[in-house]
Amino acid sequence: MTVPMVEAEGVHKRFGRLEVLKGITLRVMPGEVMVLLGPSGSGKSTFLRCINHLEKINSGRLSVDGELVGYRQVGDELHELRESEVARKRAEIGMVFQHFNLFPHMTALENVTCAPMRVKRIPRDQANASARELLARVGLPDKLAAYPAQLSGGQQQRVAIARALAMQPKLMLFDEPTSALDPELVDEVLQAMQQLARDGMTMIVVTHEMGFAREVAHTVVFMDAGVVVESGGPTEVLTKPRHERTKAFLSKVL
Amino acid sequence: MSGPVATDRLEQGRRPDEIRAVPVRRPGRWVAAALILLFAASLIHSVATNKQLEWHVVGEFLFDHRILDGVVMTIELTVSAMTMGVLLGVVLAVMRLSPNPLVSGASWLYIWFFRATPVLVQLLFWYNIAAIYPSISLGIPFVGVEFVHGSANTVVTTFVAALLGLGLNEGAYMAEIVRAGIISVGEGQTDAALSLGMSRLQIMRRIVLPQAMRVIIPPTGNETISMLKTSSLASVITLTELLLASENIYAVNFKPIQLLIVASIWYAVMTSLLYIGQYYLERHYARGATRELALTPLQRIRMGLFSFRRREWS
Repeated sequence: MTVPMVEAEGVHKRFGRLEVLKGITLRVMPGEVMVLLGPSGSGKSTFLRCINHLEKINSGRLSVDGELVGYRQVGDELHELRESEVARKRAEIGMVFQHFNLFPHMTALENVTCAPMRVKRIPRDQANASARELLARVGLPDKLAAYPAQLSGGQQQRVAIARALAMQPKLMLFDEPTSALDPELVDEVLQAMQQLARDGMTMIVVTHEMGFAREVAHTVVFMDAGVVVESGGPTEVLTKPRHERTKAFLSKVL
Repeated sequence: MSGPVATDRLEQGRRPDEIRAVPVRRPGRWVAAALILLFAASLIHSVATNKQLEWHVVGEFLFDHRILDGVVMTIELTVSAMTMGVLLGVVLAVMRLSPNPLVSGASWLYIWFFRATPVLVQLLFWYNIAAIYPSISLGIPFVGVEFVHGSANTVVTTFVAALLGLGLNEGAYMAEIVRAGIISVGEGQTDAALSLGMSRLQIMRRIVLPQAMRVIIPPTGNETISMLKTSSLASVITLTELLLASENIYAVNFKPIQLLIVASIWYAVMTSLLYIGQYYLERHYARGATRELALTPLQRIRMGLFSFRRREWS
């Protein structure tokens, strides 16, 4: 039996008194592309951030590739992981943000080589070579020396994808990767993501791009108010939603 | 009625059919210019022709070796106190932002203490430290291990007292400047770096501090310029820097004004050099923040451009 890449069981997350996740249970298998849909404030982004422990969950179990996120199980007890251990696990999970979050003081090439050199201690020449390859793969072979401010939003997001891929992650998280882009620039980013999906990457994508969900996703999950309302194949959920809440949401975005 | 249309500020552009209008006359400017010129001319005249000023005395002492030694001492003190201040400031700022309440509390207390007392009092305190601690040793407390040991008067020389007084005080101010820089860097930067598996220390050093530098440098330049002049307070604790060197000379020749002018000229020269250094430092850390680096003054002269045109991006 293959181990799920991500497995969540009753995941709860509170910010102060606000309960953002109220028991999320879902499973992502290796090579699967899952799209998370839902209105803003439904907890999609928070759930994504829990997966690489940018947020700590309050209860439930969350594991990546068979290992608990942020904890080690010793007998009946959970032991918090040390920061260096958490960092090592995060390094295996790529994340792409809504606002790109490129490092503005570094060129595109430096953005991509930074983590491999500092975290994985890969020699500069080798890091440069693979960064060039990655930037070419996302269609930016001629932007190596450009600073983020000199790139369009779509180009910046593609650099961000290359930066995440440079760590050779086994899982990629996309947090509304096209929401901050001009409509014209959305496609170039979606294409890069589609290519990635075709190459067999396991991906969890929070997005409002229904076209992408329909064509690329294996599973579509609809979330609302911190719970999973329904999930299934894209045709099931997008064309024959069972829940009223899903129908209402889809009628607004389609 | 609305104000005059600023036709003279129309951008030079690639647009076709540029408007060529007669600029608005501004008689007020001519009047103001005439008044300022008149005032400047009379000031220069009075200074240049005043026999009491004895400019030749100024010239005589401008490059006097005692003055030059004072200049060197002022530079040494400024550089070492600022270095101490910046290093302390970074450490205190990072401590201040630590989630550990004891660590951030200690930093808060330090900053409070040194900002709550005048730097001149601190200088005098360090100068008189031997009165309460006749001997000073460096070692592990309570177990009797000592690395350095000496009488306070030999360890804390006037230079060390001045350095401690100015440097420790500066650390408190720099801490606030560095802290402002650090919190100016968006959370997304830390999120991105964390998600790549970088450690807190790496993130601080590689991601946050380089970006914070843009915010940190202008006030730090200000602090350095201020320190250059505050270092003259060390004259009070008998450190022979530029001011005391001048005072020592006029104590003998009774020409205080001339020697104070000499000192002022040197302070102004050093401050101007700092201006230039700051400009290039800021330019260095502007990498990536603007799409194009501003030209250096030299480049601008070479291109023959002196307009106030700003880069505009639509």
